[in-house]
Amino acid sequence: MSILINKQTPVIVQGITGRTGLYHTEEMISYGTNVVGGVVPGRGGETVLGLPVFDTAKDAVIATGATTSFVVVPPPFAADSIMEAADAGIELAVSITDGIPAQDMMRVKRFMRRYQKHKRMRLLGPNCAGIITPGEAFAGIMPGHIYLPGSVGIVGRSGTLGYEAASQMKELGIGVSTSVGIGGDPINGCSFKDILELFEEDDDTTAVVMIGEIGGPQEAEAADFIRDHMSKPVIAYVAGLSAPKGKRMGHAGAIISAFGESAPEKVEILRDVGAHIAPTPSAIGSIVTQALSWLDKRPT
Amino acid sequence: MDIHEYQAKEILQRFGLKIPPGGLAYSPEQAAYRAHEIGGDKWVVKAQVHTGGRGKAGGVVICDDEHAVFEAANEMFGKKLVTQQSGPAGKVVYRVYIEGGVEIESELYLGFVLDRTTERIMVVASSSGGIEIEEIANDRPDTIIRSVVDPAVGLTEFQAREIAFDLGFNARQIPTAVVTIKACYRAFRDLDATMVEINPLVVTKDGSIMALDAKMAFDDNAMFRRPEISELRDKSQEDPREARATDRGLSYVSLAGNIGCIVNGAGLAMATMDMIKLAGGEPANFLDIGGGASPERVAKAFRLVRSDENVDAILVNIFAGINRCDWIAEGVVQALQSNPVDVPVIVRLSGTNVDEGRKILVDSKLPVIMASTLAEAAEKAVGSCEDNLQNSRIAMS
Repeated sequence: MSILINKQTPVIVQGITGRTGLYHTEEMISYGTNVVGGVVPGRGGETVLGLPVFDTAKDAVIATGATTSFVVVPPPFAADSIMEAADAGIELAVSITDGIPAQDMMRVKRFMRRYQKHKRMRLLGPNCAGIITPGEAFAGIMPGHIYLPGSVGIVGRSGTLGYEAASQMKELGIGVSTSVGIGGDPINGCSFKDILELFEEDDDTTAVVMIGEIGGPQEAEAADFIRDHMSKPVIAYVAGLSAPKGKRMGHAGAIISAFGESAPEKVEILRDVGAHIAPTPSAIGSIVTQALSWLDKRPT
Repeated sequence: MDIHEYQAKEILQRFGLKIPPGGLAYSPEQAAYRAHEIGGDKWVVKAQVHTGGRGKAGGVVICDDEHAVFEAANEMFGKKLVTQQSGPAGKVVYRVYIEGGVEIESELYLGFVLDRTTERIMVVASSSGGIEIEEIANDRPDTIIRSVVDPAVGLTEFQAREIAFDLGFNARQIPTAVVTIKACYRAFRDLDATMVEINPLVVTKDGSIMALDAKMAFDDNAMFRRPEISELRDKSQEDPREARATDRGLSYVSLAGNIGCIVNGAGLAMATMDMIKLAGGEPANFLDIGGGASPERVAKAFRLVRSDENVDAILVNIFAGINRCDWIAEGVVQALQSNPVDVPVIVRLSGTNVDEGRKILVDSKLPVIMASTLAEAAEKAVGSCEDNLQNSRIAMS
């Protein structure tokens, strides 16, 4: 089973008529995602891939009952589209856009606080690969075939490094309950902690792989949660061992600017709270196997 | 994106910050003339470079007459300034800023950052200015004042006033201090800055409040709507390969090692560098060619990595998700056929159509070393560098 998305989840695509939007919508549909429509201002009433297009997210939600939105909108307009989704009553928005100004995201996060907690939209990204529940559905840009359905959750900032972990696990016959990208930007939607919380509550997830990187406070925040609330094993890898201080490593958020933001410091923090540390990126699969075998031997 | 001190001062002055009289110079003659224009009997000659720690490296000189200004500027122009923060390569001085001297009563620190914990703009201030904020945090943590700004209302008058009182300004100075603090905040917000730092902010002997130094950095992602800021980019202050990569839409960071890396995705690129380090080598660069990794981008990446003379081997690590390994292999073959490289190339492909991709590389008869896992690729890259070193030793003896 899964968190946040399954094959019933009705999904709309904001920016469905663009080249990228169209391509990934087709991929999502052929994997089994229940895509119910699209949103493009000024294109309401048209039909794309057999799906209705709406002028506003609100129209789309009213007509289709969509609860999830895949937002494929260029950087200058992406923040606005995310806020539109939040206001339309969307429960989960996935933003893959790389290059949204940080202050726009600051305003998006402030805007989302207008809604009471139980009505507040969850945001994945921006600058993430999306979310997939293998064998059921995905909202994002990931290659579905590298994931085996199973019971290990994955949460990470990076797309391709997440793929690397999933394919190492597939080689070893380990399946994934849901894999969630939270994106590489300095100000993002859901944090590691938010997703760990969901995995901890999910009956069908037995362990979680967490893939962090240099920069920001979210790995340390996750460590506090692991220490205080996590009963399931967490396997962690933090990328950027050789990253120098003050240099942005590709992701806008991957920059060491304060104490505790380097990879070795984050690894230490996570080790201290009992996470199973993958010392190298190629050891993620084998450390998961190890953690799962301990889990099997644990007296029930 | 960073800008120069004089540019930051010009911007902040427009928003209401006071600065000492000053002028920019591109030659020693101009520097002396600027001093004459400014008047007075004391000037500071300041090298305009994108790094901190200039003072200790000879980039800030106090002068008593115009001739001394000429001499100080003459000494600075064309000089490579290596400071504690600049890295070993240093920054070359092409512009100097001449500023009228001021009589300082006290020095304060005033900074604005995008705080990732609160996800808001945070004001950081201290009554112990003139030294690095890290030093203040170490030595006088009790003097640090923090105030978080709600983006929906902006920095309020009372917040600015609280900061000003905490900094120790007297009742007469408070209105000016509030204007100063709000000016910096407005510049930060209106121009998509990621950092504003006034260090020191000084109170002069005659009681005015002004910025002796100013630093600003901007959000690269917001430059599409800030053409007036993009214009201030000074490529002479960037690593030449990093500047070239930026212009070509590649994400590249120069490092000190000898194994060049070509990877798709920022996280995987960092992980690849980690693997090289764990295998006993040192990466020469970070390079993310993007999730898509088209053959054209692979070719561009090879040219960029090859332009670094320190590179003794190139490791290509591509995870083909959306695209296919055979397509990427074609790109590698094309790149290597049109631009043969004289260092070992280690290729690790993974994902869709991996067998077809490997077959294309093997059939091409190009001297490419194949690897199937990340660990194997890193070991082979480190190993090939050592082999190369031994061969060259044999050739020399």
